[in-house]
Amino acid sequence: MGKVMPLEGNMAVAEAMRQINPDVVAAYPITPSTEVVQTFARFVADGQVKTNFVAVESEHSAMTACVAAAAAGGRVMNATSANGLALMWEILYIASSLRQPVILTLVNRALSGNINIHCDHSDGMGARDAGWVQIYGENCQEAYDNLIQCTAIGERLDVRLPVMNCLDGFLVSHSYELVEVEDDEAVQAFVGPYKPVKPLLDINDPYTIGPLDLQDFYMEHKRSQWEAYPAAKQAVIEEGKRFGEMFGREYGLMELVDMDDAEIAIVALGSAAGTCKDVVANLRAQGVKAGLLKLRCFRPFPIEEIAEALKGCKAVAVMDRAASYGGGTGPLFPEVAAALMAGGYAVPMLDYIYGLGGRELPPEQIGIVYDDLGKLVGGQKIPTVQWLGVRE
Amino acid sequence: MPKNLKQYAQVPTRLTGGHRLCPGCGEPTAARQVLMATDKPVVVANATGCFEVSTTIMPYTAWAVPWMHIAFENAAATVSGIEAMYVSQKAQGNIPADADYRFVAFAGDGGTYDIGLQALSGAAERGHQFLYVCLNNEAYMNTGVQRSSASPYGAHTTTSPSGSHSPGKKAFQKDLTAIMAAHDIPYVAQSISGRWRDLTAKAEKAFECGGPAFINVLTPCPLGWIADASESVNLAQLAADCCVWPLYEVENGVWKLTYKPKEKLPIDEYLKKQGRFKHLFKGAEGEAVRAKMQEYVDTKWELLKQKCGEA
Ligand SMILES: Cc1ncc(C[n+]2csc(CCOP(=O)(O)OP(=O)(O)O)c2C)c(N)n1
Ligand code: SF4
Repeated sequence: MGKVMPLEGNMAVAEAMRQINPDVVAAYPITPSTEVVQTFARFVADGQVKTNFVAVESEHSAMTACVAAAAAGGRVMNATSANGLALMWEILYIASSLRQPVILTLVNRALSGNINIHCDHSDGMGARDAGWVQIYGENCQEAYDNLIQCTAIGERLDVRLPVMNCLDGFLVSHSYELVEVEDDEAVQAFVGPYKPVKPLLDINDPYTIGPLDLQDFYMEHKRSQWEAYPAAKQAVIEEGKRFGEMFGREYGLMELVDMDDAEIAIVALGSAAGTCKDVVANLRAQGVKAGLLKLRCFRPFPIEEIAEALKGCKAVAVMDRAASYGGGTGPLFPEVAAALMAGGYAVPMLDYIYGLGGRELPPEQIGIVYDDLGKLVGGQKIPTVQWLGVRE
Repeated sequence: MPKNLKQYAQVPTRLTGGHRLCPGCGEPTAARQVLMATDKPVVVANATGCFEVSTTIMPYTAWAVPWMHIAFENAAATVSGIEAMYVSQKAQGNIPADADYRFVAFAGDGGTYDIGLQALSGAAERGHQFLYVCLNNEAYMNTGVQRSSASPYGAHTTTSPSGSHSPGKKAFQKDLTAIMAAHDIPYVAQSISGRWRDLTAKAEKAFECGGPAFINVLTPCPLGWIADASESVNLAQLAADCCVWPLYEVENGVWKLTYKPKEKLPIDEYLKKQGRFKHLFKGAEGEAVRAKMQEYVDTKWELLKQKCGEA
C-alpha cells in the first residue's frame, strides 16, 4: 500500500526517480527544475539509489551524456527548464533519431529574452518537432504518476523514444500537495527492468551508432522513426490504463470534463486545466453547457481523438501558454484547428494567449473566455486571437 | 611494456581499411597507432568532422569496435555518458567485475580547441576514465578548410584568406596541450601521426593512467595544407624538427620532452612545402610574418624546455 505525503511537484518527481532507480542521471541545474536533481543527488549521496550521478558542465553535455549512456545500455533520466532545454535542442533531435528512451522532466518556464524564471510553455513548444513524446501534467500527483508512466512508455520495445514529463514551473513544481506515493516495489513492478536493445557496451557485438546518412538512406530512416509515433500513442493509452488498474488512477491521451453535451469548450494544457475545471463546474450550475478538453499527450498529437471530442461543439477556445511569433496565434491553436479540419468538422474557434512568464490566470479570465465563446455562438464577432490579462 | 612493430601488427584491426579519408590523410594513421596501444576492449566516441564522416558512410562502417557519434562539440560528453553507464553497470554486476574496458574520444581541432572545449574541460575535471585524442590538422577540413583556433599565424584558410590586405590568419594558435595540462589530469601529451613509436608509447601510458588523458596529435592534411599526399609523414616530422610542434608529455604534472631534434631546423623548411604558407614567400611583408612566426616558435620552445628541465 502506498502512502499519502505532502510533496512539492519537484520533490514528487525526485521521489518517483528514486523509486525507478535509473542507472545514470546526468544533469545541470536551472530554476525551477533545480530541486529535482538536487533532491535526487541527496538520494545518491545517501546510497538510496544505485544511480551513477554525473553533474555535468552544461545542459548540452547533460543531454549528450544521457543519450550516450542510454545507448551504452541502461536507464537514464534528467530534468531541465527553459534555456536549459534550448541548450539541449540539438541533442533532442539526436535522442529521438537514435531511438534512445531518455526520460526528461521538463519543468516549464519562459524562455529568454528578457530573463524570466516563471511558467509558460515556450520551452516545451519550442521542442515540438524534436520527436519526443510530451506528456503534460496538471498537479503534483500527475507529475509523480506521469514520470512513472513516461518511463514505461518510452522504454517499450515497440516505442523506444525519449519522453518529456512536463509540469508547470512554480505553479506545480513549488506547490505543496498531498501526493499518493506508491510502494517502491509496486513502482518497480510497473516500470519493470530496463531492456537494453543492442547496447554499445556489448563488446562482442560491436556496432556503429550515429553514422553519416546521406540521400540514399536518410529519408527511409526518418520514415521508420515516423512510424514509431502511432505506437507511442497506443502506449500512452495502454500504460495509462495499466497504471489505473495497478494504482487506481487511470490516464488517457486527454481528460474530458463535461464534454458529452458541451456546446462551448476550452482546450488547455497543464495547470490551467485545474482552474478551468472549477469554472466549468460553476457554469454548469448556471445551466451553461460548458466543457473542457485537458490535453495530456501533446506529442504524439492525438488528431482523431481531439476531433472526435470537439466535433459536437458550437465553438471551441484554445488556451495557449506560448506565442508563435509571426505565426499570428499560439502554437496549440493551429494544431487543434487542423485536427478538426482533418476530421471534416467546421467548428468556430478562438485562441487565447495567456500566462506568459508566470502571469496569473484567475478564474474570472477563464470566465471571459467561456463568455466570448457564448457570444460567438450567439452570432457576435469576437477577435480570433486575444491576449488574456495583458495591460494594453 | 611497449611492443615491437611486429607485435603491434598482430593487434586486431579496430579501424579497417574500408574508409574514405583522402590519400595521405594523417588522421587514420594516428587513430590506428592509438588503438594499437591497448589489448583491452575499446569503445570509441567521435566528434563530427572528416574522421567521422569518412569512416561511417551508411550502410558501411570502417569500425570493428563499438563506436558512437552524437554531434560536433560533444565527443567528451559522449564518452562521459558511455563511461558513466559502464561504471554503473559494473557496480551493479551487470558487466563482469573483471571486465576492463578502455574509452577513447576522437575529435578534430575544431571539435576540440573551439566548439568542444567546454565539454572536454568538464569531462576532464569530472575525472572520467577516458583518452581524448585531438586529430589536429589545424583547420576545419570537413567543411572546407576554415580557420580554427589551432590554425597557425599566417596560414591561409578559407576564412582567413591571404590577400593584399591580409597575411592569412592574424592570431597565433591556442596552446591547448598546455591548457589540458593545467587541468592537472594524469596524462597529457603532444605527438605526430608519423612516429609510430612515440604515439603508441604515449597512448599506452594514457590508457593505463587511471584517469582522464589527452593527446594532441598533429595530423597533416594534404588538402588543407596544400601539400603533396606523399609528404604527410615528412611534414609531421619536419614540424617536430623545426619545433613548430614539439613532442612532449606531462605525466602526473611532470613535463618531459620525448623528442629532441639533433638540429633545430628553421621553420622555413616546414613552411615552404605547404601551399597554405605560399604567400609568405613573396615580398617583404611575407618575410616579416615568417620572422614573427620564427620568433614565436623559438620563444615557445625555450619555455617548453624550461618546463621540461632542459634549459
Ligand atoms: C554545431 C555545429 N556547427 C557546425 C557544424 C559544421 N561542422 C561539421 S565538421 C566541422 C569542422 C570540423 O573540423 P575539425 O573538428 O577540425 O575536424 P576535421 O574535419 O578538420 O578533421 C564543422 C564546422 C556542425 N556539424 N555542428
Ligand atoms: S580533407 Fe584533410 S583531414 Fe579531411 S580526409 Fe582529406 S586529408 Fe584528411
